Amino acid sequence: MSTGSPEGSTSPPSTPAPGSPTRIDRRVALEWILAASAAMPFLGSTGTAFAQDKPGKAKLPAAKGYGPDPDMVKAYRPGDVWPLTFTGHQRQTVIVLEDIIMPADDRSPSASELKVHDFVDEWISSPYRNQASDRNLILKGLDWLDEEAQRRGGRDFVSLDAKTQLAICQELAVSAKKNSKEYPGSFFYLMRNLVSGGYYTTPVGMRDIGYLGNMPMAENVGPTPEALAHLGLSPEAA
Amino acid sequence: MPVISPLEVQSSYDVVIVGSGAGGGQMAYTLTMEGIKVLVMEAGRMFDPVRESAMFQTPDMAPLRGEKTPDKQYGFHDCSINSGWDIPGEPYTNASKEKQRQFAWWRQRMLGGRTNHWGRVSLRNGPRDFKCHSDQGIGFDWPISYDDVAPYYDKVEMLVGIFGANEGIENSPDSSPGVLLPPPKFRAGELFAKDRAAKKLGIPVVPIHRAILTKIQDADGTPPKLHPNNPKAQRILADNMRTRAKCFFATDCHRGCSIKAAYDSISVHLNPALATGNLDILPNAMAREVTVDQDGKASGVTYIDKVDGSEHHVSGRVVVLAASSQETVRLMLNSKSNLFPDGIANSSGKVGKYITESVGSSFSAQIPAFEDMPPHNEDGTVGQQVYVPWWLCHEQDKLGFPGGYKLVFSTGRKIPNINVGKSFDWLTDREGIAFGHELKEDARRYYGSLQGIGAQGFMPPNEDCYCDLDPEVKDQWGIPALRFHWKWSDYELKQVAHQQEMMAAILDAMGARFRGTPDFSKPEDEIKTAGSIIHEVGGAIMGADPASSVTNSFNQTWDVPNLILADGAPFANTADKNPTLTIMALAWRAGDHLVEELKRGNL
Repeated sequence: MSTGSPEGSTSPPSTPAPGSPTRIDRRVALEWILAASAAMPFLGSTGTAFAQDKPGKAKLPAAKGYGPDPDMVKAYRPGDVWPLTFTGHQRQTVIVLEDIIMPADDRSPSASELKVHDFVDEWISSPYRNQASDRNLILKGLDWLDEEAQRRGGRDFVSLDAKTQLAICQELAVSAKKNSKEYPGSFFYLMRNLVSGGYYTTPVGMRDIGYLGNMPMAENVGPTPEALAHLGLSPEAA
Repeated sequence: MPVISPLEVQSSYDVVIVGSGAGGGQMAYTLTMEGIKVLVMEAGRMFDPVRESAMFQTPDMAPLRGEKTPDKQYGFHDCSINSGWDIPGEPYTNASKEKQRQFAWWRQRMLGGRTNHWGRVSLRNGPRDFKCHSDQGIGFDWPISYDDVAPYYDKVEMLVGIFGANEGIENSPDSSPGVLLPPPKFRAGELFAKDRAAKKLGIPVVPIHRAILTKIQDADGTPPKLHPNNPKAQRILADNMRTRAKCFFATDCHRGCSIKAAYDSISVHLNPALATGNLDILPNAMAREVTVDQDGKASGVTYIDKVDGSEHHVSGRVVVLAASSQETVRLMLNSKSNLFPDGIANSSGKVGKYITESVGSSFSAQIPAFEDMPPHNEDGTVGQQVYVPWWLCHEQDKLGFPGGYKLVFSTGRKIPNINVGKSFDWLTDREGIAFGHELKEDARRYYGSLQGIGAQGFMPPNEDCYCDLDPEVKDQWGIPALRFHWKWSDYELKQVAHQQEMMAAILDAMGARFRGTPDFSKPEDEIKTAGSIIHEVGGAIMGADPASSVTNSFNQTWDVPNLILADGAPFANTADKNPTLTIMALAWRAGDHLVEELKRGNL
C-alpha cells in the first residue's frame, strides 16, 4: 500500500509570464508535456515468460491477478503478472493464424510483427473468471485445427499449405457469421476478435485506422476543413 | 496539520467529516478557510493524482489491454483503486432476486472518493427540479428554491472551473456572466448531430458543462470574489489555482489528471484546505458509528483502522457525513443508541427512504456519413462535449411521465479498445466474418462511424425504492450491510420508452443504419440497472417538516443539530442533471451556515 501525499512531488506547470499569446501557448504546452511526462510509463526490460512446453489444461489458472491496487503508471507485458500458457506448438499455430487474420499490407505490419500472439496467450492465461471460457475455447479450437489439418492434408495446421489453411479459415468465418456461438466457428470468431482487438490497441494499430490522438495539444483546434467537407458542413459550422 | 494515523488523531476537533469526495472535500475547504479545525476521515488510502494517474499509457501497456476485471471494474487505467460494485469483504444485498429490482452499488475507496473517477459533467438543477411537487404533483418540494442555491452554484463553478455556455434553456439554468470557461470546439460528429437534430427535429444540441479548465483560472481576480474580507483564504486559493494547468486535450479524465486541469477533490478542495493548517486527513478509517452524548448530540465517530483492524474513536463538536449517499445512510442506521434505537436522527423513520437514481438507457447505430472520415485528432476534452438538455418542458402534460431527461453523445475517433475489430461484421453483406485484408479495410473504413447516445433522466421518489440494514449479512469488520429494495414505477418505464424513440429519431436524422429494427415496446429490458449510472441520491431527504424528512434546508438533521449530511443523501429527488455540482453547492451552503452557527455558539 503506497501512501502518496495529496501534495505531489511533481511540480505542476506554473502560470505563464506575460507575453504574446503564441509564445505563452508554446511555452505552456512544453510545460504541460514535461509535467505529463512525469506520468509517462517506464518501459521495463522484463522479457516474456513462457510456460513449459506441455499442453495447456482447460481450467482457470491458479495464478493471482494484479489485485485492486496495482501500479497503474507502469507498463506491463504479457507474462509480467501471471504465467503464460501456450506450448511452443500452440504458439506457432497462433502465429500462423493471426497472420491469416491480420496480414501485412502496404500500410501496416502483420499481427505477428506486433506480437499479438503474446496478448492472446496473456488473455487465455488470465486468472479472472471473465476469461475462463475463452481459455477453454481457444485451447480446444487449436487442437481442432490440427485434427482438421490432419484430416485434409495429413499434417498439422502449421505445416499445411497456405491454400488449405486459408480454406479452413474461410469455412470457419462463414459459420461464425451464421452463428458466432456455434463451435468451431465460435473458436474462429473469438480468435479473430482477440487478434484484431490486440492489434488495434497497439500504437501501430491505432495509427493504421487513423487514431491520431493521445497527444498533448496546446489548443483544441476542432475538426479539419477536410472532415467538415466530408460531412457536407460549412467551415462556419465549427 | 497533515495526513495522520490513528495515533496522531487529536483529542477533539471542531468538525469531523466522514468522506473526502465532492461533499466532504467542499465542506473541508469551506470550514478550514474560516479557521475551523477539521478532521477528514477516508475509508480508502491516500491517493496522489499527480503521481499515480496513468495519463498517456496505451491499452497495450496494461494487462488484458486494460479491459475490465474484478480487480479493476472500470478497466486497468481508470484511476479507481480498491473500488467497485463488488468489493471483497464489503457486501451489500438486494431484497429481490428479480433482474429489474436490483440496485448496483459502486463504492470508491480512495482519497477524493468518486471525484477521481468522475466524468466531470457539472449541470445545475433547475428551478423546477427543487419544486417537483408543486410543479408536477409528484414527490416532494425541497425546502429550498433554485434562488437559494444559485449563488453557491456560481461560487463552486468559479472555484472548481467549469466549461460550458449559457444557452437560456428553460430549467437548465445559465451561470452568472463570466463564471463559465469557454466550451471546447464541437467534434465533427457532434456538429453533424447538431445540424441534423436541429433541422429535422428541432432538438437543441449545445455545449455540455464539465469541470475541466479550458483556460487557466484567474488567480488574481477570483479569490477575492470567493473569500471577501479573508486575505489568508484568498492567498491560499490563489496559490492553489496557480498549480493547475489548462486541459491539453488528451487522455480520459477517468484516469485522473496529473496536470490538475480536471477537477478532483484532492487537487481543488483538500490541497488548499491542508494549506490552511486547519485540516488533518485520516486515511484507511472505516466509520462504524456516530456516537451521541447523553443530551442526544453527536459526540464523534467510532471507526476501524483498516491497516490493523483496531477500533478507535474521534471526538468532534460537529459531525458531517459525506460518505456517499447510501454509505451515509448505512452509517446512520448503524448508529443505534438508547436515544436513537432506529438509528441516529431517524425519529421520522425516513432514513433509508426515497432513494432515486438517473433513469437511463442508451441507443447506438452506425452513421454512413462518418465512414472514411479524413483522419484527424478528435480527443478534445476526451468524453462528453455536447448534450441535449431537456427540451420538452412545455409539453410535459402530454408525455405521461413527470420530468425529463438529457441526452449525451458518444462519438468520434476515440482511442481504440479491444472491441474495435469485431464491431463491423453486421455492416457488410459478406458471407463470412471479416479477416485478412478485408478486415483491415473494414476497420479503416468503419472505425469512428459508430454513434452512441445515452439518456439520463429525472426520477421522482417512491415508496418502493429504499434501503435498510440486512438482518444477517455483515462486512469483514462486523458492520451490518445495507439491503436495497427497488422497483421502477410506470413513470420511469414510460420515460425510457420515450428516450428510446427520441434517440432513434436523432440517429435516423443522421442517416443511421440500425442493427435490426428498433423496438420501443420493451422499456423494462432497456432501462439501466438502478445504481449503474452512479447518480444515486436520497435516503435522508431534506424537507420542511421534521415528521416527514431527515434534514432541514441546511443539511442539518432535525433530531441532532450538530449532525450535518453533506453528500447526495438529502436530495429529495434526482433531476435530469448529474448530482455532483449540486452536492458541492449545497455542501458549501451548509458549511457557511455551520460556520455562522459555530460563531454564534449554537452548536
